[in-house]
Amino acid sequence: MALFILRRLGVMLLTILCLTFVVFFLTNLQPNLEKLAKTQGNMRMTDEQVEIWLANRGYDRPVFVRYGEWLGVLPGWVGETSQGEPVGRCTAEGMPPLAEGEAPPAFCGVLQGNWGWSTVFRAPVGEIISTRLGLTGILMFWVMVVMVPMALLIGVLAGMREGSRTDRSLSTVSIISTATPEYVSGVILIAVFASSAVGLRWFNGTATSAMENVTFQNFTLPVVTIALYGMGYIARMTRASMTEVMTAQYIRTARLKGVSFRNIVMKHALRNALIAPFTVIMLQFPWLLNGVVIVETLFNYKGFGWTLVQAAGNNDIELLLAVSVVSVIVVLVTQLISDIGYVYLNPRIRIS
Amino acid sequence: MEPLGWGAIAAQVFVQFTPVWIGMVAVFAASIAFKRRLGLYGKLFDSTIGMIGFALVLFWVFTAIFADGIVTHDPLAQVSGLKNAVPGSPVPEGTEGGAYYLLGGDNLARDVFSRMVAGSTVVMQIAPLATLFAFMVGITLGLPAAYYGGRLDTVLSFLANLILAFPVILLFYLLVTPEIVQTGLPSFMAMVLFLFPLIFLGVLFNSRFYTQPAKQKVYLAGIAGIGGLLYLSLISQDRTPIDFWPDALDLFDIPGGILIVFVAVVFVNSPTVFRIVRGIALDVKTRDYVAAAQTRGEGPWYTMLWEILPNARGPLIVDFCLRIGYTTILLGTLGFFGLGLPPESPDWGTTINDGRRLLSIYPHPAIVPAVALMTLVLGLNLLADGLREESLRD
Repeated sequence: MALFILRRLGVMLLTILCLTFVVFFLTNLQPNLEKLAKTQGNMRMTDEQVEIWLANRGYDRPVFVRYGEWLGVLPGWVGETSQGEPVGRCTAEGMPPLAEGEAPPAFCGVLQGNWGWSTVFRAPVGEIISTRLGLTGILMFWVMVVMVPMALLIGVLAGMREGSRTDRSLSTVSIISTATPEYVSGVILIAVFASSAVGLRWFNGTATSAMENVTFQNFTLPVVTIALYGMGYIARMTRASMTEVMTAQYIRTARLKGVSFRNIVMKHALRNALIAPFTVIMLQFPWLLNGVVIVETLFNYKGFGWTLVQAAGNNDIELLLAVSVVSVIVVLVTQLISDIGYVYLNPRIRIS
Repeated sequence: MEPLGWGAIAAQVFVQFTPVWIGMVAVFAASIAFKRRLGLYGKLFDSTIGMIGFALVLFWVFTAIFADGIVTHDPLAQVSGLKNAVPGSPVPEGTEGGAYYLLGGDNLARDVFSRMVAGSTVVMQIAPLATLFAFMVGITLGLPAAYYGGRLDTVLSFLANLILAFPVILLFYLLVTPEIVQTGLPSFMAMVLFLFPLIFLGVLFNSRFYTQPAKQKVYLAGIAGIGGLLYLSLISQDRTPIDFWPDALDLFDIPGGILIVFVAVVFVNSPTVFRIVRGIALDVKTRDYVAAAQTRGEGPWYTMLWEILPNARGPLIVDFCLRIGYTTILLGTLGFFGLGLPPESPDWGTTINDGRRLLSIYPHPAIVPAVALMTLVLGLNLLADGLREESLRD
């Protein structure tokens, strides 16, 4: 088991390295750098001015070297501007302040704990990521609280008696919910529950105020929007696993012994039927991330997903790299947990 | 003129869709009459869910085909005074097209109904074809990965997982922005990705007719000739870094943005298809008929494409339907973030994005495409469900 986890962690590290390099490479292509220079400096810069701007900030050096510096395995860049002022990666904005007379460190990359400086928000990347992740954490927590019990309930009720009317109607509900992406359900929910055209002004159409103070009114719509899309899929998996369990031999034995249907479902079937949905719920996290990006944009909730859009839209290189590292870690760690959890929950695999 | 009431609007919309109703009735009548002779497709008409799904999909297919006859106005034309007009508003005398904005006007005073209908054409042009391409890429790579295993499998699986580890939206932002398009990266990706259908078809026929050289040559020449010409016309676009093919032989140029969106969607879908194909092929590989083919001395590609692939078709057909729906959702996501397609494009994602800004005051410009997108995806999901049910039955 330990070996398995170690190997997975190794692959994970390799994936993160490859992926961040791809992001680094794409964001550092010439047209992207020009765009960065023009948005940061002046929209009407000439090509020459752009080149000087980039050279002054060390952007004109080979991409591999700069990736090494970002990672912290190569010494940080030191140079001077065309006016002769000294500049360098380790003395730039956003790096930890130096004591009087202390020389700047030679290495300052991710491995040293420096995530860099966000050019859009003009703040250190580490700080931005932690506050935004906190906000998204609140959103995710409520999504889970709404989504998981609802999905399991629908799945178990539908799978309990396969082919019954309850099964058919609940299955249709879960198909409809998987067929409605967040930007569709969000738009419909806002139009119905928050617009003056329909008149039911029950909830707020934006969640900006929820960043300070979460209330039922401003947080219901974003949470429900994300939960709806994920719910159908989990419910269908639960239903499939429940119907499979309900046809198993031990359930028939219990019925023949005269155990009541209620007890069969609660005591015999449920525990075994919930193994498969566990993996599915864990694997939903990466999907939720997608939903979070859409919903945070739609409801103007300035969390992690909103930051991703801002960073990508403005070619904020270091912020975008940090965002991708975080999201890849989320994806891979949940995969790992789902694999390990599956082994622990299922005795047949654990023993063999 | 008076604005129309809801009943009158529904009646008018129904009349506008006349060609679609005729087409649907014809297809359904023919299919139900001959359903015993049509294999899996015919069996679809035994399940209610499958029929509902098929009807929804067929509705949008015919809408896309007959879009020019259904629209009441030019989807890009603006009529002054009808900005954010409510559904059923009359159009001032003397303007071209129908007498009413059936489903209202958007914030640039364009007809919401016509834009929704025209949007179906854009979606129907991209989604099924992009899914098909993704399947060809996934099959061409997934079969050998499962069949040979070993290092090839490790490398390909690692690459697939790498792409899947990207959040989809980040990937879109990295691939589809105007700056990246300037570098020609999507054009180069198109070059690589569009090569796969050619390889797939070439290998497919080559392995089949290996023992009949006369037929083999005809088929290969056909694929290389027609396929090659299509391939070169497809990847060679004016005003992009890849523009080497003479215009006289260039059969078509794809309008701006569509090729890039197409490439992005194929690229995002292929790794998932790869994983599915690989998983099924690993299972099918252990069957006796595969061992029999190997014992007969058939080549590896024949075994993969003519023994393993046909026996994996059930789950693949079901997944194909689901994946068209998912591709439609991805296209909408691209439009929602304003990536790829030009801002005046009538596709559903872009229209939802346009409409959401004034959502709390004028919901109709965003609701109409949202419902359209939802019904298409729902139809595809129900269709996949019906197919799965019917294919499991025997």
